[in-house]
Amino acid sequence: MIDFSYTAWILLLPIFLFIVIGLLGNRFKPIVSGIVGTSGLFIIWLLSLVTAYKYFFVLEKAADGSFLKFMAFNMRWLNLTDKLHIDMGVLLDPISVMMLIVITTVSLMVHLYSIGYMHGEKGFSRFFALLSLFSFSMLGLVVATNIFQMYVFWELVGVSSYLLIGFYYTKDSAVAASKKAFIVTRFADLGFLIGILMLSYVTGTFDFITLTGPDSPALTSGQGVWFLGLSTMTWSMIFVFMGGAGKSAMFPLHIWLPDAMEGPTPVSALIHAATMVVAGVYLVARLFPIYVFSAPVALDIVMWVGAFSSIFAAIIACTQYDIKRVLAYSTISQIGLMMFGLGVSGYGGHEGLGYMASMFHLFTHAFFKALLFLGAGAIIHAVHSNYMNDMGGLHKNLPITHATFLIACLAIAGVPPLAGFFSKDEILAAGSERSLLLYWVEMIVSGLTAFYMFRLYFSIFWGKKQEYHQTPHEAPKTMTIPLMILALGALLAGLIPFSNFVTSDRLPFVSHLDMGIAIPAVLVGLTGIVVAAFFYLKETDIPDKVFKALGSFSQAAFHKFYIDELYLFITKKIIFNYISRPVAWFDRHIVDGAMNGLAYITNETSDRIKKLQSGQLQQYALVFISGALLLVLLFVYLWTS
Amino acid sequence: MLIMRHELLLIVITVILLVVEIFLPNTRKRKIILPAILLMAAVTVIGFFPGTPGILFGGMYQSTQLSMLLKNILNVGVLIIFIQSVDWLKQDQNKEKISEFYLLMLSTLIGMNYMISSGNFLMFYLGLELATIPIAALAAYERFKEKSAEAGVKLIFISALSSGILLYGLSMIYGTTGTMYFADVAPLITGAPLQVLAFIFFFAGMAFKISLVPFHLWTADVYEGSPVNVASYLSVISKGAAVFIFTIILYTVFTKIAVLWSEVLYVIIILTITVGNLFAMRQQNLKRFLAFSSIAQAGFILLGIISQSQVGMTTVIYFVLVYIFSNLGAFGVVGIISNRTGKETINDYDGLYRTNPKLSLVMMLALFSLAGIPPLAGFFGKFFLFTAGAKQGYYILVLIALINTIISLYYYLLVIKAMFLNNSDQPIAYFKSDNYTRLGLILCVAGIVVIGFTSSVYELIYNLSFGLY
Repeated sequence: MIDFSYTAWILLLPIFLFIVIGLLGNRFKPIVSGIVGTSGLFIIWLLSLVTAYKYFFVLEKAADGSFLKFMAFNMRWLNLTDKLHIDMGVLLDPISVMMLIVITTVSLMVHLYSIGYMHGEKGFSRFFALLSLFSFSMLGLVVATNIFQMYVFWELVGVSSYLLIGFYYTKDSAVAASKKAFIVTRFADLGFLIGILMLSYVTGTFDFITLTGPDSPALTSGQGVWFLGLSTMTWSMIFVFMGGAGKSAMFPLHIWLPDAMEGPTPVSALIHAATMVVAGVYLVARLFPIYVFSAPVALDIVMWVGAFSSIFAAIIACTQYDIKRVLAYSTISQIGLMMFGLGVSGYGGHEGLGYMASMFHLFTHAFFKALLFLGAGAIIHAVHSNYMNDMGGLHKNLPITHATFLIACLAIAGVPPLAGFFSKDEILAAGSERSLLLYWVEMIVSGLTAFYMFRLYFSIFWGKKQEYHQTPHEAPKTMTIPLMILALGALLAGLIPFSNFVTSDRLPFVSHLDMGIAIPAVLVGLTGIVVAAFFYLKETDIPDKVFKALGSFSQAAFHKFYIDELYLFITKKIIFNYISRPVAWFDRHIVDGAMNGLAYITNETSDRIKKLQSGQLQQYALVFISGALLLVLLFVYLWTS
Repeated sequence: MLIMRHELLLIVITVILLVVEIFLPNTRKRKIILPAILLMAAVTVIGFFPGTPGILFGGMYQSTQLSMLLKNILNVGVLIIFIQSVDWLKQDQNKEKISEFYLLMLSTLIGMNYMISSGNFLMFYLGLELATIPIAALAAYERFKEKSAEAGVKLIFISALSSGILLYGLSMIYGTTGTMYFADVAPLITGAPLQVLAFIFFFAGMAFKISLVPFHLWTADVYEGSPVNVASYLSVISKGAAVFIFTIILYTVFTKIAVLWSEVLYVIIILTITVGNLFAMRQQNLKRFLAFSSIAQAGFILLGIISQSQVGMTTVIYFVLVYIFSNLGAFGVVGIISNRTGKETINDYDGLYRTNPKLSLVMMLALFSLAGIPPLAGFFGKFFLFTAGAKQGYYILVLIALINTIISLYYYLLVIKAMFLNNSDQPIAYFKSDNYTRLGLILCVAGIVVIGFTSSVYELIYNLSFGLY
């Protein structure tokens, strides 16, 4: 058995970096913070790589050939009762090791990129300090040994994301967006907390290994019908999924993600593409055995929510003009696809294809979506606008950005042999075995994905030539190198035989490419690309015509199906008027009145008894003696009689 | 003789300091400061080495793992007070009697150690007296100040009164059981009226040391009059030691009448917390303020004692440990500001954050910890106390304590508001603290933060207090 306890450093280093940069960052030139943060993350990245290598290739496997799942490091943090305690530690299993790679790689690229992108910004050190804090929280989340640790880091991720979205705190829209993200995810986290409490109440443990092991108490307890025909376990898993849906921006809790694009673009790449938003997927994957065996209804909900979000967001993405918002909706759509993959999956071997595919897609998606966001950052950096109407014909000005962006678009559109093709194919294959309807829905999503990505691509890099104030120029090396590295990932990540490493029961199996699914999927993708080319390669009026022909539907999609308005209506009109106002009245007049009365009484009493403290020694002695005698009276006579 | 090493070491360094003091000329008395601190630090460190439990003098003196831990806690507290008091001792009016401060304080510490290790009421009483009388001298240390002299007189008078009552109680215990040994007394406690009377008198004597209502009236006057470092010593070390031995005696000697003393405590807890809080709200002088705050905190400590279990014992010790660091932090800040500027009222602290941000932050942490705000150690201390109380079914009591926590939050925040939000035309000017003060405050802050985050401290205490209950 290899000693993995050093993995604790993967957690300790980033928080150390956060403290150092946060406290000392202002004493030095800003660039020092950038270099310290980036090199620190480089070490963490190396540690993660070594861990992955040792875990997958060196460490011996269990007797049945499966990868081990064990705590590399664990420390008892709070002892609540003899049985219930909260630990902090590092859990290693295939998915957590995979997430370590994803997070540290993307985070490293984003760090490097930010040195160029954030150059000259006010609060440069603060930015790097917050990036370290975020990396710490996210790493702590994925290696959590128990659901409570996960929750603690889950909230930390929320806080650091809040701080990063609101990084430009002088900009009103950024502040509003950060608040929105925080409130929506907090609301979802309430569900998560309820789920955790129910789960731990029923099973008596927080520990993941116990919870998802073969003798898990989750498989036996809480199975009886409890409420609305569903068991306690099912309800708790539904609540847990609510938290996951909030972080992963699943419908109807997705409204914060597009607004969160107000943050700096590297932040969007790190948080809103590759790491934090997949936390919900990771959460479901982490508790997957419970979902499959004890709460199949909850798993069905995961499937439906995932499928609906994916098509819903894909339609909206086709109508948006802000390039970062297109990417945001694309992210929602792709995460929906991952959720769908989990939702259709069974447990073990080929049954668990959906699980494997979902994790695979999470892995590949991290590369190409981070690449897309960073590419978008480079474009925005060059033309100083977020809107694709202001862009066009940029392929000559930004050659590297153009090439890498194209790779990412091809990857997400599922063109072989790029990364997205393999993982998406597996999800579709898993879906086709479960539900033909949803399989075709996802097929349409593939087509739409290819369409809107290439709509974006053609409008930015081709289309009509724009007059720019200054000629756009390619970004500096620190920004293009991460693009190229991530492009390499987007090219090659799909070739990894993923089912050899990450599977639902940790037993490797061989998965084959299903031609019956791969060929139609590729054809649908290519159709999307061709249609996009037809619409947007040259400036035409076709898009407008189509938009008009679809009438109110396209209007609705453009307005994101009025979900934001619906929320506003519910909160402002209904909750504020009919619930908050009466409660506020009650609070102001009854509760405050009572509190003021209490405070008044307290003050009065303390005024009255002030005289006791006179400074007179004789009186003190008198009180002393009489106090003792009073006690004697009380207890000798009353108690003994 | 290793069994008694805590006491012996303290006696040795007391003698060393006494001899050095005799040979130091009057102009060079300051030279004793550094050796005194180093010797105390050495004693503190040596105290932490594992020792052997055992019994001496036929059971008069007993040393257990728990008692060693308690002595170590007291040593750490005294060490911090030694470090914090350097700035004050270096003042001109004190320079000739610096060593008196150390000698008197060490004598009381020796008394407390014997008190904690006592296995016999006589031994306990001797320790108690040794721990009390020198403090009166310490309180009157600045005898040229009227208030300091007054504090000394008040303390000695009230402690004489309480000792008398306590002795009266002890004599009745002897009268009804025929022995003074804890182990022999315990089975003979039957709850007869005379024994109840004896217990109440014993309780009154202890309540004076812990300053429980209504035996607390001396507290504010003495704290206000004495030098800040003596007041902090009274509020943490003297009170802590008394709490420890009080708990031990309740748990080992008076187990048979646990129902009785928990009812007594029930009444006293409510009185103490409430009265302490109500008075604290009214105070302007920070030393008086901290005096009443420490009375209220004593009430919380009793909440752990009343829980009558291993968990209860653990929470008491844990709470006292946390309380030592928090209160010493607060007293440390009050002390250095009082030394440098002579200002001691809350209004004087208006706008302190602008001029002395670091001191304000330390004060804020200390007060937050006293108020029990997470994630500082004070929160966990209170949290464990409340869970221990609730576990024994004292729901109403815990509820009253919770309400009082909220009231206490109000007055702690008053000070914090003054420092951070209020503006002042004449704020306390910026000054540089000396390195000793800084070290003392850093130790306190480290304690407040670290103990909160490391649960192993709690577990260590839990394991050591196993034998007792």
